[in-house]
Amino acid sequence: MSERETMEYDVIVVGAGPAGLSFAIRLKQLTPDTTVCVIEKASTVGAQILSGAVIEPQPLDELLPGWRDNPPPICVPAGEDEFWLLSKTGGRKMMVPPGLKNHGNFIVSLGAMCAWLAPQAEALGVDVFPGFAAADTIYNADGSVAGVRIGDMGVARDGSHKPGYTEGIDIKAKVTVLAEGARGSLTKQLIKRFKLDSGSDPQGYSIGIKELWQLPAGRVTPGKIMHSFGWPADSHTYGGSFLYHLDNDQVALGYVSGLDYSDPNYQPWEAFQQWKNHPMMQPLLDGGTILSAGARAIVTGGYQSLPKVEMPGALLVGDTAGLLNVPKVKGTHQAIRSGMLAAEHLANNDLNAAGFDATLRGSAVMAELKKVRNIKPAFKKGLWIGMLNAAWETVTGGASPWTLKNKPDWSSLHKLGAQEEPKRDYLQRTLAPRDRLAGVYFAATEHDEDQPVHLQVADTSICIDRCTTEYGNPCTRFCPASVYEIVDDDAGKRLQINAANCVHCKTCDIKDPYQIITWVTPEGGSGPNYQNM
Amino acid sequence: MHMGNWQEHRRYTNFKELQMKIMVGYKRVVDYNVRIQVKPDGSGVVTDGVKLSANPFDDIALEEALRLREKGVADEVIVVAIGPADLTAHLRNGLAMGANRAIHVVTTDAVQPLTAARVFLKLVEKEQPGLVILGKQAIDDDANQTGQMLAALWDRPQATFAGKVEIADGKATVTREVDAGLEVIEAELPAVITTDLRLNEPRFIKLPDIMKAKAKPIDTIEFASLGVEAHDHLKTTHYAPPAKRSKGVMVKDAAELVAALKQKGLL
Repeated sequence: MSERETMEYDVIVVGAGPAGLSFAIRLKQLTPDTTVCVIEKASTVGAQILSGAVIEPQPLDELLPGWRDNPPPICVPAGEDEFWLLSKTGGRKMMVPPGLKNHGNFIVSLGAMCAWLAPQAEALGVDVFPGFAAADTIYNADGSVAGVRIGDMGVARDGSHKPGYTEGIDIKAKVTVLAEGARGSLTKQLIKRFKLDSGSDPQGYSIGIKELWQLPAGRVTPGKIMHSFGWPADSHTYGGSFLYHLDNDQVALGYVSGLDYSDPNYQPWEAFQQWKNHPMMQPLLDGGTILSAGARAIVTGGYQSLPKVEMPGALLVGDTAGLLNVPKVKGTHQAIRSGMLAAEHLANNDLNAAGFDATLRGSAVMAELKKVRNIKPAFKKGLWIGMLNAAWETVTGGASPWTLKNKPDWSSLHKLGAQEEPKRDYLQRTLAPRDRLAGVYFAATEHDEDQPVHLQVADTSICIDRCTTEYGNPCTRFCPASVYEIVDDDAGKRLQINAANCVHCKTCDIKDPYQIITWVTPEGGSGPNYQNM
Repeated sequence: MHMGNWQEHRRYTNFKELQMKIMVGYKRVVDYNVRIQVKPDGSGVVTDGVKLSANPFDDIALEEALRLREKGVADEVIVVAIGPADLTAHLRNGLAMGANRAIHVVTTDAVQPLTAARVFLKLVEKEQPGLVILGKQAIDDDANQTGQMLAALWDRPQATFAGKVEIADGKATVTREVDAGLEVIEAELPAVITTDLRLNEPRFIKLPDIMKAKAKPIDTIEFASLGVEAHDHLKTTHYAPPAKRSKGVMVKDAAELVAALKQKGLL
């Protein structure tokens, strides 16, 4: 066998999101001679970025002081904030919690913002490579991380090589920076290998499902920001919506469901569609058209779930580390800030990752997470206790002497019949899309069908023998893209994985109650092709 | 593994063919995965913030040129694109795929097929390629005209809709995909070939080749300096999205279906 081709850089970054690109830009600003590359699995930078997104601009001011004169293409100054408690038929306007006051912030498309950051990184000499997936991590003889292996291209579903087969190369670097976003597939392996989570609680996640709509002229108030809680979620499910008014008659809207939900019959995608059809929302959207749609897991474990963010030869930044601020529903400023901190640490320490964990924990990034550490976990006790606790934690600035514990999301799923099913007071929907398959169309997701299935289920017999009776195959409901189906044909009942629909949200990897689903990178360039998400 | 064959081939191929250049049209279009949106005012389609990539038929054209070079039939492959200054990154992709060099004709105006053919003619006169391979059409305007117009202006043979290409003895033997099936024609070089979908499957770009492409030359030529008349022969009046499908009606059984069809006067 021939030797695998290798490229060498001082630093390799996995993921061209806000954390990875900010890191690369900062490092080049500080040490222009350091060679840096950023690899990105999406076919183009930003195509697999999905976020609300309202961002706090301060870290961007530090990174790119002149950015306000040359803003990203979608960037609307935040206007009025509203916070609503919804019932099925109406709603009550509530006092806006401090975390959701957005004066001075900006509504952006994070995807468009990353596509705007990438050329700025390139102008500083960073090599940005979209369309290449980091399939694996490679190691030095001493066990330290040596870099990443790019996935092979042109492999058939059965593993054989197609005519265009191209072996993925190895990229070696003095330090590897993981900036994969929530539940990164390499980060997951590294956390296990280096036991990075031995001193922290399990990580927690939510799933955010989002659509971008073009509305008839005159309905949009650019800058208006609305968040809601309550219906359609029951009081034991952590769920809430966002609705951001952009310019050009567009709105970005979405619904976030905590993946610590317990009812195996819960369907996050349906909850989102229900909320859209609420009498306050439906008239706004009716007559409009969907421009883009998708979903992504959000990291919510915060302070107590933050794993060690360094290991020999590598470090974690942004959401793959788990830095999102839940009560603010914002992670971008934390991602940028952690990326900059990592760059500063490496520039000052001869590209040695050691010590970054302490640097991050001593920084404003961690102080922000500490303040809000008890807010999300208390919602496990129901909406009202959660709200009271949130008020207490906010008033005291997180000074409580206790820290509430996080549990893994998959463990909170009840078995069928183990609890009374919450009443889902749902309505008749009228707005598009009709079902998840119709929704996936707007994600423009594309995978060559003839490639190995990138959702690896360790033991599919469990699906039929145990899961069907114990949980009723919740994968067929939590997946927002209808990837999982139980089919019953001549060959008997079995799990069918429609991998080509996958929007790379990672929910299955997180929520599957047996923890037998592993999301791995498909062929580089595959997956959703979001526009301005 | 085919090295022996190649060397043999090279030995018996005449000098002229060994020196042959292949010129490839490499247009940038809205990526085929993008859901096209018509601008609300009907003046065009949305291209801001939209992924742009090589016209798939042009990728096939480039792949074919590279394979011919690898067979020893040609020794240089030149990719050509006409458009704004930011086409450089697009041309780098063509170079990363394997082209030797690129020519960028710079203009901010939209270029219609006859103008594009005239530009190619100027470049052909300068570069004297033995073969020009173009996509049969670009997936944005679906014009399917540039190759044919170039052949006419250049007064050289054309072989369009190529599904298979063989070059030997100063001739191209091209299998064309036509309505009735396959048609095999011979064209004397130099000639214009336009590619169909089944000609080949373009290769994947390798990371090290992206780095190598950075060192390859891109000649920049101002459109105005070519002396080509930029005339819009066609005027686009407006763009509109396809009409939306009206909502379906659910029927309970065949009898209701028949009744519904009768009501619509379809039965």
